[in-house]
Amino acid sequence: MSLSFLEGLKFAKMDTPLHRADPRAKFLMALSFFASSLIFANALALLALLALQIPLLAIGRISRRWLKSLRGGAFLAILIFLMNFLTGQGASFSIAMSIRFVCLLSSFSIFFLTTSPDDLGLALERCRIPYTISFIFTTAVRLVPTMALDAQEIIDAQRSRGLELERGRFLRRVRNYIPILVPLIVCAIRRSLEMAEALESRAFGASERRTSLVTLKMGPWDYILVALSIALLASSIHISRSIQMPSLEALDRIFGLGWRIA
Amino acid sequence: MIEVEGLVFRYPNGFEALRGVDLRIGDGEFVAIMGENGAGKTTLVKHFNGLLKPTRGRVLIDGIDTKEASVAELSRSVGLVFQNPDRQLFSETVREEVAFALRNFGFSGEIVEKRVERILRLLDLSEYADTSPFLLSGGERKRVALASVLVWDPKHVVLDEPTIGQDYLQKERLRNLVMQINNQGKTVVIVTHDVEFVAESKPRVVLMSKGSIVGDGRAEEVLSDRELVDRASLIRPQISELADSLSDRGLPRHLIDAYSARSAILKLLRDKGGCP
Repeated sequence: MSLSFLEGLKFAKMDTPLHRADPRAKFLMALSFFASSLIFANALALLALLALQIPLLAIGRISRRWLKSLRGGAFLAILIFLMNFLTGQGASFSIAMSIRFVCLLSSFSIFFLTTSPDDLGLALERCRIPYTISFIFTTAVRLVPTMALDAQEIIDAQRSRGLELERGRFLRRVRNYIPILVPLIVCAIRRSLEMAEALESRAFGASERRTSLVTLKMGPWDYILVALSIALLASSIHISRSIQMPSLEALDRIFGLGWRIA
Repeated sequence: MIEVEGLVFRYPNGFEALRGVDLRIGDGEFVAIMGENGAGKTTLVKHFNGLLKPTRGRVLIDGIDTKEASVAELSRSVGLVFQNPDRQLFSETVREEVAFALRNFGFSGEIVEKRVERILRLLDLSEYADTSPFLLSGGERKRVALASVLVWDPKHVVLDEPTIGQDYLQKERLRNLVMQINNQGKTVVIVTHDVEFVAESKPRVVLMSKGSIVGDGRAEEVLSDRELVDRASLIRPQISELADSLSDRGLPRHLIDAYSARSAILKLLRDKGGCP
């Protein structure tokens, strides 16, 4: 058992135009992809949205880790398909919902893969969010890899005590995770208590307004990114209202592909 | 018998933690694996019960290739106790915690009860049998973790950093326990930085550095070798430093523990006709 899919959300320091871009601009871009994915319920449109994200992967040189995060989400994507399909939503719609999920995941994966937790904190502060709250957020993001390490260590320890996670029927398998989850939660609570004490002894929250060494400044490229993001969202809204996108069934009829998905 | 042949291990991120390790640990041996942080000690012992499988080379436990067996099967004969007890304790009572592995291995209820009582007594934990492990002190939690492995009586016992967080008295107890287990004919492997602990117990010492074994021999030889010990970022036992600085006065260089140092100094004094 391995937790390598978490790598897909872990930031790595790199020097690409996308990594250098202002976190606020990138967040707007992620949001605009996010919203656009929610606007469409059509498989083709959603695929197009996904395709639009591919150049970003190339610019940010993150394709491999992006794939990892998608692999991590594959199980959920399949689950979403099955849930829709089994409740009688039709294959075409169910596929669209799975692609929508992948789109949503991908837009935020790109954001988190190219934005350092520090940048994120700065951006939140610039948006006038109180430091305590932005700190909670950046700490949470930063602790994910640490907790993944904890989890791996716990899994190793319990397997050494004869725990076989893949043994038994469904309910048994779920119960198998108790010896993993309890220590994981206990460790997380212990760590946060220790962290709170360490922070307080370093005068956390002593001054009302903090100044920071690095300040964010939007450059020309950032404005272009903002403009593109707004354009994307606007055209998504426009297209969804004025153009009838062909469904997978329609394509099937037109080209006689014989998919028989309907 | 634990046999490691040409073991190379590379983590998925590309880091080569072990770069060709050859090691044989016979049944009933007492071995300390030492070395700097990141030398590959823990990575090595995680191969003993199959948690990690070799990238190249192989590991045999009593003749069985670890690639051919499951972790649960291998753990029956190799009991691995991890460094941090908090990363394994989860039960409501110490008794349940200790019984966990026995139930996994399919022991019957009666045997489980008997063995749990026995091991709790051995590790001085009987009074906490019905306490939550989370309410115990760090040292006690560590002993519960130890008990939860020793309880199924594995043939080879591997302890990762057993002395961390233990006060001197507990360390002494731990040392006695380790000796006791070893005297019962079990193989004991400890991974540790604790030079003084090793100097007092005098096991065979395997010294690791940067993923390779750089020294292997009796504790007296390895731990008194300044160059070797330096290479593994350790410092020699204090007695060894003392013996070294007094070697020009005739004190043997191989001393590492207080007991043998005392005899050597007394002998020296007698020979020179000083105090008795």
